[in-house]
Amino acid sequence: MSAAVTPSVASAAPQTPSSPHATASTAIPSAMPKVQPGPPLWLLLELTYRCPLHCVFCYNPTDFMRTGPELETAEWLRVLREARAQGSVQLGLSGGEPLTREDLVPIVAEAHRLGFYINLITSGVGLTEPRIRALKEAGLDHIQLSFQDSTRQMNDFLSSTRTFDLKSKVAALIKQYDYPMVLNVVLHRLNIDHVEAILEMAQRMGADYVELANTQFYGWAWQNREQLMPSRAQIERAEEATRRFRERLDRPMRIFFVVPDYYERRPKACMNGLGSIFLTITPDGTALPCHAARMLPGLEFPNVKNASIAEIWFESSGFNHFRGEAWMKEPCRSCPERGRDFGGCRCQAYLLTGDAANADPVCDLSPHHHLVTEVVARANRPPSPADGPIGAVPSTSTLIEKPLIFRSPANSAALHP
Amino acid sequence: MSTSSISLDSRPAVGRGFRLQWEAAQNAYVLLYPEGMIKLNTSAGEIMKRCNGEATIAEITQDLERAFATNGLAGDVIAFVTMAHGKHWLAVPT
Repeated sequence: MSAAVTPSVASAAPQTPSSPHATASTAIPSAMPKVQPGPPLWLLLELTYRCPLHCVFCYNPTDFMRTGPELETAEWLRVLREARAQGSVQLGLSGGEPLTREDLVPIVAEAHRLGFYINLITSGVGLTEPRIRALKEAGLDHIQLSFQDSTRQMNDFLSSTRTFDLKSKVAALIKQYDYPMVLNVVLHRLNIDHVEAILEMAQRMGADYVELANTQFYGWAWQNREQLMPSRAQIERAEEATRRFRERLDRPMRIFFVVPDYYERRPKACMNGLGSIFLTITPDGTALPCHAARMLPGLEFPNVKNASIAEIWFESSGFNHFRGEAWMKEPCRSCPERGRDFGGCRCQAYLLTGDAANADPVCDLSPHHHLVTEVVARANRPPSPADGPIGAVPSTSTLIEKPLIFRSPANSAALHP
Repeated sequence: MSTSSISLDSRPAVGRGFRLQWEAAQNAYVLLYPEGMIKLNTSAGEIMKRCNGEATIAEITQDLERAFATNGLAGDVIAFVTMAHGKHWLAVPT
């Protein structure tokens, strides 16, 4: 599984006032916290948690082994029809590795018939030529292919597989079948020094977009946070390398460099506010306002097996709880920027402070901001000789004290006995 | 990619990698592309839906002026096509 899909909904200039972002209203009576949202424009189907890769930065929940059985084909098709009727238009097919679902082609075909723009978010493992042709004929619009690094050694280490050569072949197939190609590389302490080589690889492969997204610390990445957090100097070098590369680029290839939010002073407008545009369905049918939200305590998230998409989106407490501003505490409640970042990420607030209604501690106005700066300070301490060179595959000796935890069924069971 | 090449004789078409679509739920035309969407306002949508690669900007302008019972739109259409071409929303073969 690759990095989080970032819902991107821009509006063309000149702008119309009815932006889907504008769900946070200041005119809500406190006795009635329900906010009428716009449509769930972005639908992400996590079709399965099965995955041939074992990436250390995966945002899937570490307890994925506890998830119930995957939805059946007919249930996914019903979700597609109901969500489309509510206005969903961007569709992400993700996981786990969505190619492990044998019904991927009929799911794509139905989504295409309904008018979705269909993005397949994949490691590439399982994307054979007959499969990529069948997906094209079914109406798949775009493939986002994840790489872990520009080198076979690091790619294969970080995913705990031997997949680099296979991914390279899949990249060629994506071009051959004339899909737009987004290359996604999740950056962190162990690969961020390779940004220039990663960009050169993307250019060689003919990528249309490259996402250099620094790890966001949820799920497995949260478990490995200390080992994955880049230093400030690493980030600055990577940004500089990206800038230089952009200058000498001789064809349209859009590069997105997403800085790690722990280094920011204001939080990201996570999901444009929970319940504003984004709807995730997990493999067992649980509906979430973001792919990590199941961790949030005290919220009940409905399941598509016993609720319609309209009921889920408009009526359920899990989707309404963090809409609007009634839930906010200080300093967010009176902050002039609350309409821009919605207080940041609820999951990050919960993970770091224990209360999902607190300000995201990335914000330097948060009384908990020190929890972020302490992690950053540890990532920037002078290296000790035992650390080895930054960017190198950690040797066994440096892993003894705190091993990287790879995403695997065995580790999921071990973390959640 | 020179934008100065855009004239009344140009025949713009929706750019490669973009899909233009009417969305009833948003009451708007949208441009869809990998993992993103641009919601077009009314005038942008009305121009783009006429950009089929066959009609010239002069013909698109005439059609818009007829549809909205107005005139003098050529400058606005050229300005929009120039902006959209710069963003690759529209391709303008030379």
